[in-house]
Amino acid sequence: MAKVILTSALKRFFPTLSELTVPVSTISDVLIALEEKYPGISGYLVEDDGRLRQHVNIFVKGELIKDRNKLTDRLTDQDEVLIFQALSGG
Amino acid sequence: MNSSLLVGTAKGLVEFNPVGNEIDVTAVHFTGLPVSMVYVDERSGTWWVGLSHRHWGEKLHYSIDKGKNWQEVNVPKYTGYEYRKGVPATLKKIWVISHAGPDRPNGLWLGTEPGGLFFSSDNGKHFHLNESLWNHPSRQDDNQWFGTGNDYPFIHSILVDPRNSNHVYVGVSCAGVFETLDGGENWVSKNNGLVASYLPKASAEIGHDPHQIVQCRSRPDVIWQQNHCGIFRTTNGGGHWEDVSGQNGFPKYGFALAIDQENPNVAWVIPAKSDESRIPVDLKLSVCKTSDNGKSWREMNTGLPDHCSFDLVLRHAFVKQNELLAFGSNNGNLYLSKNNAENWIILSQNLAAINCLAFA
Repeated sequence: MAKVILTSALKRFFPTLSELTVPVSTISDVLIALEEKYPGISGYLVEDDGRLRQHVNIFVKGELIKDRNKLTDRLTDQDEVLIFQALSGG
Repeated sequence: MNSSLLVGTAKGLVEFNPVGNEIDVTAVHFTGLPVSMVYVDERSGTWWVGLSHRHWGEKLHYSIDKGKNWQEVNVPKYTGYEYRKGVPATLKKIWVISHAGPDRPNGLWLGTEPGGLFFSSDNGKHFHLNESLWNHPSRQDDNQWFGTGNDYPFIHSILVDPRNSNHVYVGVSCAGVFETLDGGENWVSKNNGLVASYLPKASAEIGHDPHQIVQCRSRPDVIWQQNHCGIFRTTNGGGHWEDVSGQNGFPKYGFALAIDQENPNVAWVIPAKSDESRIPVDLKLSVCKTSDNGKSWREMNTGLPDHCSFDLVLRHAFVKQNELLAFGSNNGNLYLSKNNAENWIILSQNLAAINCLAFA
């Protein structure tokens, strides 16, 4: 299982947002799991064509994911996935 | 003022209401978030708000109880559609929303960037791209539909004929004005008489930049247009547009336009200096009014600053309701007139950049 932690900035729109654990899979599958638990949240994270939004970053084991277009980066057991807004605006 | 004035700013939706003898802020909604669109559906009183999150993209919210509670709905998606061959289309911005007529109580039109028009038949629960306009040959031509101030073309004006809800106009920057007579099944351009001085052929059929179009409710064949290249007016539903810009080029350029819904000869504009600078002409914030179809214009500036103003008023930031007129600027200044612009009062000089207004 992997642990998913989301930026607290999203709690404004999803007040019940909290850490969750998901089966080890791909980042794309993580977003599917998130959408099931928090309907509408994927629209905050990805564009219409599934690409990660320009100002959203996802880290796995402290490193930015490689595939921002199809989100195919694979997770391994005990991974920690961080979903943050990109630093912008100074 | 018996109405609420909703002010969409870069940092929230600010609600003004009468308080005693004054008009003051009574609520702030979406505090800190960029409000890019506000619309009040006159059929139901529903308030609609578009947000343009820097990080999270475009969002759409509505309230059926005058802002006490808000609901978010899924925004339209371009999934599966291409902007150009091989280039996926994605929603860049929600520019405008309009009811689809009294005979379609749950119908909504929604105009977006990069140029897609969407329709909802269930009051915003689901939106579907109008494929007829999206597949119009001109839309797929870089010479005819293109971005200017923005990277992509966008639909900013939607006019539903009060006599016939199948008769709809949209205004597109840049492309021009398009009309459907069959509820969106077919679209034709309606740009005869317009000028596109930035094109090799200024009288091109398509490629115009109507900053805003507004239809006279009592005479729906009269439509006014504040265009990049002047102020235009048609009396035959867009069959021909006449340049009614002021003599000596003032007023001419600008974004904001308000019209009298009963008298088709009366309109107001807020001029700006050309697109290179986008500031008031001679740094003087000015509202110009015509009462004779644009044959002549006069300034209506009592109460406005008479020098050193850098205020730009955008296309959706000038509204009229009965004798009330209100406008807001990119510098967060908000003005109200209770008498058709005979004089102006300052409602606030401390707001964030104002993008859009609506009376509710």
